[in-house]
Order: sequence, then structure tokens, then C-alpha cells
Amino acid sequence: MKFSRLLKTILMLDFIKGLLIAIKEIFKQKKTINYPFEKGKIGTRFRGEHALRRYPNGEERCIACKLCEAICPAQAITIESTEREDGSRKTTRYDIDMLKCIYCGLCEESCPVDAIVQGPNFEFATETREELYYNKEKLLDNGDRWESILAANIKANKPYR
Amino acid sequence: MELKDKMIEYLFIFFNQTYKILLLLVPVLVSVAMIVWLDRRVWAFVQKRRGPNVVGPFGLLQSLADALKYIFKEIIVPASSNKIIFILAPVITMTLALISWAVIPFSDSFVIANINVGILYIFAVSSLGVYGIIMGGWASNSKYPFLGAIRSAAQMVSYEVSIGVIIINVLLCVGSLNLSDIVKAQENMWFIIPLFPMFVVFFISALAETNRPPFDLPEAEAELVAGYQTEYSGMMYAMFWLGEYANILLMCSLGSILFLGGWLSPIDLYPFTIIPAPLWFIFKILILFILFALVKAIVPRYRYDQLMRLGWKIFLPFSLLWVVITSSYLFYFDLLPGN
Repeated sequence: MKFSRLLKTILMLDFIKGLLIAIKEIFKQKKTINYPFEKGKIGTRFRGEHALRRYPNGEERCIACKLCEAICPAQAITIESTEREDGSRKTTRYDIDMLKCIYCGLCEESCPVDAIVQGPNFEFATETREELYYNKEKLLDNGDRWESILAANIKANKPYR
Repeated sequence: MELKDKMIEYLFIFFNQTYKILLLLVPVLVSVAMIVWLDRRVWAFVQKRRGPNVVGPFGLLQSLADALKYIFKEIIVPASSNKIIFILAPVITMTLALISWAVIPFSDSFVIANINVGILYIFAVSSLGVYGIIMGGWASNSKYPFLGAIRSAAQMVSYEVSIGVIIINVLLCVGSLNLSDIVKAQENMWFIIPLFPMFVVFFISALAETNRPPFDLPEAEAELVAGYQTEYSGMMYAMFWLGEYANILLMCSLGSILFLGGWLSPIDLYPFTIIPAPLWFIFKILILFILFALVKAIVPRYRYDQLMRLGWKIFLPFSLLWVVITSSYLFYFDLLPGN
């Protein structure tokens, strides 16, 4: 062993250097965000909580074509439909089991009228399983709540679809 | 009549002592919880994270929330374990970690048991501490706890030897085993100045003694899951955890008593003496603990053979040599205490 190396070991120079670096790092800017109070940026294609959108006049977009139900790899979507008085086909039931859902985004891709979309919300944890069986009412409610962001996201992604 | 008088006297002593013990133990337990928070916080800050900062101001109540969680969790006793010893192990660990505090002097007057072999008492109790871990590891009847307990036993026994020899250095300068006397002997000069190499060796041995990184082999999560704590859950795990941190705190206070002048202020001048003695003591403990936490953040874990080599082949001969140097110096210059 070289003498200088021995001296270095005895005086613990590397350790002291490391300690000084650690002390210096303490006072530097944090690299993490203060999560519940401060949130990271989410992309326009983020696949979070589902929502059913409406037309600006308040009419539901969904035409009950059941493409999303067919394509869903986890079979999380259940749709029942009926014919209305004006001859249009609308859903009577639109359920998503959020526990089965794998958030693949295929329902959104398959939808011909941009009715079912996945929004930017990812903080929908609940205390019971039952609360995660979403029905049509809940999904439409989500759509109303997030509409401005959802519309902006769809518009931003239009050129690439 | 006489019997009644005696009863009253005993009751009086009993309540008097209980009150004193509670006055010490409750702050110690609270500060153990706070120290866990400090540990995590320092660790996080070095890694440029934020650490626990949500529960209470600056996250100070995080440990309290954790403790509450542990209380409500289920205690699982493995079917193949030795149940009595399994339950006894964390109790022993925590009790032993707490009873050592009886002899720690917080100021000239505040010490529960001012016994004249204080340092031997602490040494004996901390040696017993290894039993809690061995019992926990053995009674779990599972391979990881068993390996963790064996490692822990070997490690604590080896480093206790070098700590013992280091303490002899200090005792040579003091001439008393009483912790208050050790502090009083440092009125002119803290022992960290003449015995600096011993302080470094003591600090590293204390890290090994309390199973802190870089010597946390007994609970090396990469190899042994959680070492001897693997099978423990709920409040029993929390007791191991409390005992561990109480031990760390004890080692920090021992370090400040032996080398940093305990409750004494650095300079015996006006602005320093205004701060009460226990606060100085707590301040020194905190500084040592922050050093503990920093070390945890910056060093990688030792290999087991390196750990043993460091303990037996380097620290033990070195501190023995230093005993010879100290005693010959004291003898040659006729500075031996008691002369």
C-alpha cells in the first residue's frame, strides 16, 4: 500500500470530503415537489380517470355504438342502450369498473364521437371498492367537471390522430 | 404506629422517585420520536428530498402518527415461534434502552441515580441489550431473523470491546467512574482535545454498537429483509424501533459526556453561562445525532469481514496503544488524578 493512501485512510480524508459535500447539499434547492400542495405537470395525452363528454348544447355525445365495450381488453365497460322517441340510440347504462380498468386508453381511441375520454385526474382513490364502480351519472359528472381541460387536450392532440 | 410511619415514608420515597423517573422518561420517549423525524429529515435533505413535512409543523408529528399506526396494527405471532420469548424480546430491548438513562446526568443536580460506577452500569446494560436482539432473532424461528441476530451479536460484542478500552482512556484522565465526576473533570478542557483520535474511534464504534449505517448488517435489507425484526409487526416492531433509537440517543449522550463536556458550556463566560446546563447537554447530543444521521446518508454498507477486521484488527490495537500512551503521558508528567 502506498504511503499517501495509508495517510488518506488514517485521516479519513475521503469521509470528511463526503461529509462536507453532504452538508453543502443540505442547503441546496430540493429536487422533489411538495406533492399534495404542489403538483407536477401532466401531458395532454395523460390517461387518468374516465369521463363521458357532452355536446355544448347539453346532449350526451355517446351514441351507444359499444365499440369501447368491445375493445376493452379488461372487459371493464358495460353498456345497455335503447332507442329514444326521436329515433336516436342512447345509453341507458354505462358502467366502468375502475378496478378492472388497466388505463390503456383503447376506449378513448375507439370512440367515434369523442364521448368517452380519459382525463388528467389521477387522485380518485376511495375507501371502499363500491365507490370505484362508476356508473353513467358519475362519468357524465366527471365530463362536466373536467370539460375545459378535456376539450383542450383533444384539440391539442387532433393533428396527430 | 411505627409500621404506619414506615409505610408512609416508603410511599413518599416511592412517589418521589416515580415522579422523577417520569420527568426523565417522558421527555426521553418524546425526544426519541422527534429524533426519528430528525433522522429522516436530515437523510432526505442530503438527498435533496423534502422528507416528512406534512403532519404538524415541519412534519414534527410524523413519528406520533407512525406510532399511532403501529398501535392499531395487528400483532402477528408466527405459529412456529417460541411465543413467550418472541413477545419478551422487544420488551427487553426497550426496557434496557430506557433504564440506562437513570445514570445520565443532565446537570449538576438532575440525575436520578448518581451511582459511583455509572459508566460501568451503562456498559453492563448496553451489553445486555444484545440479548433482546438475539432472543427476537432466535424465537422467530425463521432464517432471516436468525442470521440477523447472529450478525448483530457478533458485531455488538466486538465493538463493545473497543468502546470499553476507549472508556479506559477517559477514566485514566478522570480517576472516577461516576458520570458527574467525568463531566466535572472536563471543566478546564474537554477530553475531545487531548483524546481526539479516541473520540473518532468511539464515534465509529458507537455507530457499530447501535447497528447504524455503515454497520447496519443485522438489518441489511438487501440480504436479510429486515434482520431480526422481520417477523415482528405492530406495537412489537415499534418497541424494537423505540429501543433502537433510545440506544442511539444514549450513545450520543455518552459521547457528549465522555468527550464533549456533558452539560458544561464551551467557555465559562457570560453569554454562554446564561443558557441552562441541561440545554447545553441536549444541544451536544443533537449535534452528535445529526452527525449520526449525516453518516447514514453518505456511506455505503460495510462487508461483514471488513466490519470484523475494523473492530478487532484496527480499533482494538489502536485504542489499546492509546491507553498506553495516555497512561505513560499522565505518569511521566505526574498528572494522574488522585495524586
